[in-house]
Amino acid sequence: MGAPLAGNLDGPAHYLVWGPIQISWGNLTVILVMIALLILALVLPFPKGHDQ
Amino acid sequence: MTTTAQATAVTATARRRRDPASGEWRGPKRPYDIVKEFVIAMVVVGLLVVGLAALFSSPDDRSVTLRAWAAAAPIDFMTTTATELDGSSGSAGYGPPYNSNSTGQQIGPLKLAQFAGVRIPIDSANDFVINPLTALSSADPTVKAALDQWNGASATQQQTWATNYTAAIAKAPNQDPTKVAAGDYGPVPALVAAEYQVALTGALDGALGMGGDFYQTNYTKSLLFIADGGYLATLADNQHLAGDSWGMMNETGSYPGQAWLWLYTFWYQINPFKSSANADALVWGLMMILTLGFILVPFIPVVRSIPRWVPLYRLVWRDYYAKHGGGRH
Amino acid sequence: MTATLPGPAGTPPEAPEPDEAVLQRQWTSKLRRGFFGAYPPERLLPDTQPSYVASWIYVFGVATIAALVMIIVSGLVLTLEGPQWWHTSTWGHFVNSVHLWSVELFMLFMVVHLWGKYIMSAWRGKRALTWITGALCFLASVGTAFTGYVIQTNFDSQWISTQAKDGLNSVGIGAYFNVLNTGQMLLFHVMMLPLVLSLIVVLHILLVRRRGVVPPVGIDAETGEPVVSGEAAR
Repeated sequence: MGAPLAGNLDGPAHYLVWGPIQISWGNLTVILVMIALLILALVLPFPKGHDQ
Repeated sequence: MTTTAQATAVTATARRRRDPASGEWRGPKRPYDIVKEFVIAMVVVGLLVVGLAALFSSPDDRSVTLRAWAAAAPIDFMTTTATELDGSSGSAGYGPPYNSNSTGQQIGPLKLAQFAGVRIPIDSANDFVINPLTALSSADPTVKAALDQWNGASATQQQTWATNYTAAIAKAPNQDPTKVAAGDYGPVPALVAAEYQVALTGALDGALGMGGDFYQTNYTKSLLFIADGGYLATLADNQHLAGDSWGMMNETGSYPGQAWLWLYTFWYQINPFKSSANADALVWGLMMILTLGFILVPFIPVVRSIPRWVPLYRLVWRDYYAKHGGGRH
Repeated sequence: MTATLPGPAGTPPEAPEPDEAVLQRQWTSKLRRGFFGAYPPERLLPDTQPSYVASWIYVFGVATIAALVMIIVSGLVLTLEGPQWWHTSTWGHFVNSVHLWSVELFMLFMVVHLWGKYIMSAWRGKRALTWITGALCFLASVGTAFTGYVIQTNFDSQWISTQAKDGLNSVGIGAYFNVLNTGQMLLFHVMMLPLVLSLIVVLHILLVRRRGVVPPVGIDAETGEPVVSGEAAR
């Protein structure tokens, strides 16, 4: 509840620039996490229950 | 099923054209504890958000008062004040909903801004400069004299003085309003200087409230005034918040921002939107059409068929297909 | 009220039964039959699910709801101490951080949920309205989040509101929805939009319970088996 434990993110952001596209590492991380979660959700096996 | 029964079923179904995905599921089921699932989700997500909040905190860049603006960027502050008086500021020439000094943006022939009308009337010169100075500084004889001279002059005369002054500022060394060449500016330089002094005391921040009431919850005037200047935009640009650098998606500092606005802000980065005077209206119009498309995906040919053509669904239901067949459509 | 009839000697008088036809016609009765007909308790709180609901992709709906609950709870705590508390209180700043990260996770889970539903063409079998209400949830969330950003009462609010006004003004919305009016935005964010969003979320969930989770592509809901060839797979 005091200072953020991982060091806060108040410093200037770093950006990836590719032509007209510029994206911050913060936003890119969020998007990559989303894509990773989608892929994992589709691919990871689900515990099998008993069909009735 | 016997051949006759199968034929009957097919014919009957063809007659009904029943959607096989509709209706109550009568196939195999498994036990499902919906309440337990929700509780587990709450615990997991609850721990995640508390953990992220403890690890990374959240941004809180202090607001910029008019006093801070005047102190940090006096040239920008005074120049902006001058443009409020000569009508060349962003808010002065904005058009609806603030005034009728332009027709506002349009999408082709559609003038939606004008149609909505001037419902938040703002008179930049009086609201941002003359009225606050009258309320706060008319005890000062120099300011009172300047105000009297301004109020006693015709609109044309006011315009001439103010336009002369803003033109002179552009030519002054460092574009410093206090270093303009001699000219016919009337009371304008004195009014600009007075506004600057009042801002430095902090009194202007309160004085731009709507209607001079005790309670203030509406910051339209202060925000329009500060946004007319370049200082706020410079601060924003330093943090990649400007519209032409995908700013809508970004947050101050290194925090993740609003990634979900990616498509909305994308259009501002490319032509024809990038260089159009109607950029906002065009982007909004386009996004409203795309939004309608998003809502109506089930009815849009090709878009609604892509999941079948690119059959990722086979991953979702691979166990069921393995046991019962199907999945090859 | 009709007069009571005398009962058998020595017993209290019996009241006549209300006319059944009259009762059936009442708005209350019709609403009750309509709602509980469509939503018997076993459908609202089921204890089984079709056996094809067996993939991790299915957790993102409930994860989104859980994140929404965290948004509301943290928002309620912020309400207790007023809109500017978090600037000066360490505990307030922490609650604000919970509120922000709940929003980030909410949008994250919602979009993965949306991707999954698209992959599954989950609008099949008369479920178009489920998709539509889901899309409306997304849009209402973006709008609610926006009002949240402009009531932070810090530099971000100043910048976002003065920029957003141009988009809204350009299509006439700004004349009615003044993002520079902090009081208006505060009331929208805390009261109006959460109510609207919650209503759409409830409708969305009721539709999922009503229609059930969409069966696999090419599987007949009535048999649980692949669709008999000869029928057009939709």
